[in-house]
Amino acid sequence: MAGAGWETGSALWEEAREPLTNNKIPPGALPDKWTHYKNTVPLVSPANKRKFTVIVVGTGLAGASAAATLAQLGYQVVVFTYHDSPRRAHSIAAQGGINAAKNYQNDGDSVWRLFYDTIKGGDFRAREANVYRLAEISPQIIDYCVAIGVPFAREYGGLLANRSFGGVLVQRTFYARGQTGQQLLLGAYSQLMRWVHAGQVRLYPRHEMLDVVMIDGHARGVIVRDLRTGEIRRFAAHAVILATGGYGNIYFLSTNAKMSNATAIWRAYRRGAYFGNPSFVQVHPTAIPQASHYQSKLTLMSESLRNDGRIWVPKKKGDTRPPEEIPPEERWYFLEEWYPAYGNLVPRDIGARAIKKVCDMGYGLPPTGRAVYLDLRDAVERLGRETIEARYGNLFDMYERITGERPPDVPLRIYPAVHYTMGGLWVDYELMTTIPGLYALGEANFSDHGANRLGASALMQGLSDGYFIIPYTIGAYLSQFLREPLPDTEHRAFREAEEQVRARLEKLKSVGGKTPPDEFHMRLGKILWDYVGISRNAEGLKKALSEIRALRDEFWRDVRVLGDVQDFNQELEKANRISDFLELAELMTIDALHREESCGCHFREEYQTEEGEPLRRDDLFAYVAAWEYQGEGKPPRLHKEPLEFEAVKPTVRSYK
Amino acid sequence: MRIRLRVWRQRGPDVPGKFEVYELEDVSPDWSFLEMLDVLNLRLVREGKEPIAFESDCREGICGTCGFMINGRAHGPLKGTTVCQLHMRHFSDGETITVEPFRARAFPVIRDLVVDRSALDAIMQEGGYISTNVGSAPDANSIPVSRWAASRAFDFATCIGCGACVAACPNGSASLFLGAKVSHLMLLPQGGPERKRRIRKMLIAMEALGFGGCSNTYACEAECPKEISVEAIARMYREAWRAMFSHSEE
Repeated sequence: MAGAGWETGSALWEEAREPLTNNKIPPGALPDKWTHYKNTVPLVSPANKRKFTVIVVGTGLAGASAAATLAQLGYQVVVFTYHDSPRRAHSIAAQGGINAAKNYQNDGDSVWRLFYDTIKGGDFRAREANVYRLAEISPQIIDYCVAIGVPFAREYGGLLANRSFGGVLVQRTFYARGQTGQQLLLGAYSQLMRWVHAGQVRLYPRHEMLDVVMIDGHARGVIVRDLRTGEIRRFAAHAVILATGGYGNIYFLSTNAKMSNATAIWRAYRRGAYFGNPSFVQVHPTAIPQASHYQSKLTLMSESLRNDGRIWVPKKKGDTRPPEEIPPEERWYFLEEWYPAYGNLVPRDIGARAIKKVCDMGYGLPPTGRAVYLDLRDAVERLGRETIEARYGNLFDMYERITGERPPDVPLRIYPAVHYTMGGLWVDYELMTTIPGLYALGEANFSDHGANRLGASALMQGLSDGYFIIPYTIGAYLSQFLREPLPDTEHRAFREAEEQVRARLEKLKSVGGKTPPDEFHMRLGKILWDYVGISRNAEGLKKALSEIRALRDEFWRDVRVLGDVQDFNQELEKANRISDFLELAELMTIDALHREESCGCHFREEYQTEEGEPLRRDDLFAYVAAWEYQGEGKPPRLHKEPLEFEAVKPTVRSYK
Repeated sequence: MRIRLRVWRQRGPDVPGKFEVYELEDVSPDWSFLEMLDVLNLRLVREGKEPIAFESDCREGICGTCGFMINGRAHGPLKGTTVCQLHMRHFSDGETITVEPFRARAFPVIRDLVVDRSALDAIMQEGGYISTNVGSAPDANSIPVSRWAASRAFDFATCIGCGACVAACPNGSASLFLGAKVSHLMLLPQGGPERKRRIRKMLIAMEALGFGGCSNTYACEAECPKEISVEAIARMYREAWRAMFSHSEE
């Protein structure tokens, strides 16, 4: 099956004949795989580690933790971030917490249960071995973070506190008020600073990676732009790690930071790294609804609020009474009604779809009809105001600053928003992309969350990849190059890559159109939200495809980029990132179109049960879609990595 | 709303800057301050004029990227709020608002409202960490930490490194920033072994990087978007005295 030409007569995609099987999953039973791997992976001696240079791009949880740990091992590490400081990465905004299978609460948790919850939460579209390893590593993450001074919440006895999150029945989430991401990131940042001070890490803030340099088929360096001066520079290494985050910002309105972008992973894709499941985008159920046309972002209200909050709409459509005047019997607690077992704690994809559904049915709150209540008043009665304020006070502050209203006296108004991309660069068990020597960590890869990520698992994955996985797996690659000197940046590959980067930036500037880059970004976001958002269908996706292509043409005819390439130039930075979004958007749409099933976040309206529940088609789509770039204007090639479930049996996900 | 903006424009650290005035009609009270600048910049680009350079990222008050002076106050008039979370409903129709970069000796201007705050990272490099390697940590529950200590440590660890305290301080001091980090780490048992070395090195670095000293004006506390208490500075000095009267090699 190849993509049918619905418009031009040419196929939208091609399909590789052979399945993609080289994922390097170690042999043995599931619980033994990682141990087996660690016991057999080639090691690099301390004397040789000194001779290797590793580039890390990005300083979020994954990048900072990887850079610090590789430096600790003795590698020479070079770190780039486009921020003014490595402490700014968007990991910092994660609110709720981090999961770990510690079973400190004695409520039946275990590595197996965390593994099972994660793979089930991902709707059986992730690799068993990767997910099991993640669960297995999780307790060590907490140990290490406590040791470096992360101030997690504690009980009166002095031991660590936990709470529960969506999609699970145990309390395994560790947290630091509503700022867990900040505290974990500052922990990783502190270690990075430690190794910068020791001279083991060279840090380049305000440097944006614009291309990967390939020599003889291996990643051997990067081209970066110094955002302060506009200077384009070459850096060589023996291996390159991309920890550059997700691409949810492609929707313009999302909970992502304004600068979050896809450029690093998109440039890697264009150099030959496969892109895994690009259409898997998580829409978070509980963000503050959009209030104005020029709104620049959506702010998340942590999922932890669903622990104590109840989601409802008035039973009467268009009821304009203030919420406190609506008696309990006239409120529709639709999540509790539809999913009695999990209630308000259903996974994010299910929650987001349910909220959209009641709003589509006409029950959304006036005036926009695009909001529902998240109400903590019952919890205040049950636990007292003090407890609720202690748990969520800073979230209430944030809500009040944005909306002018203060919970818990009034319920929060919430609506779903794009939050996280499960898709990303395809990586094998060693977190290496299909380009030898090029790794992708954290949200930048596709690996562990399948078609839907559970709450409090992103922080776990980022730190697991950076502190505990890459330090082992990179040795397997580097040990093959013990006598290889650092490549010369005068090598032809470096000169050519630099020329291409420069030409592209000059081209952006030379368009000389009338429209600011941001306008294109807003329009692209609207297309994607409407057709490649919470629910999708073939007709809409095809429409999106032609609209994206038209918008891209218009962009290259009409974008206006002021200022110079060789200068501080924020408009140029934006335009360059948006030009990559305009290409990625097409691949996302093709991926969504090709996957003729509903799984996790990917809800295809054509594939649902009579009750409106998603219909997964394991016989046809139990695989990772890994897309290969084939050149400008050519259809991408689809490689299928079959997902084989040995330890668990894919079931219909039920949270009822 | 109608707003008149006086914005500091400066091309680089060694070029003199000046105020330029922009008139805005139809400002929505629901916009954040930065969204207002976004709209102004869209207009400037359409008119072929250089947009105003300013920095921001998360726009939810946690990354610390944004920050400038609004009517002489770091992050503007609202207590405990970064510029990105400051909404136009807090200003009045017809108001003139003056916007200029954080000014401090240690923060050279890069462009317009963008300043170089890397000196804060340089302070952290001297000791804002616990030197523990990955792989050697004991079980997380093996060392109890009182709920009070963990909570107080968090209060100081919540610093976002925006530099407002430095900009607000008449001496351009980073004492609140430094004090917050030192207090966070000294309140936890894990931070104990390095406390003397940490305070010595970080204080020396702060001075060497061009930050001034503390003269107890409390302007930093008043402007800190995370409302970190000047208790951090008291704790910092206590640490310094404690270190001074200890064995110098410890």
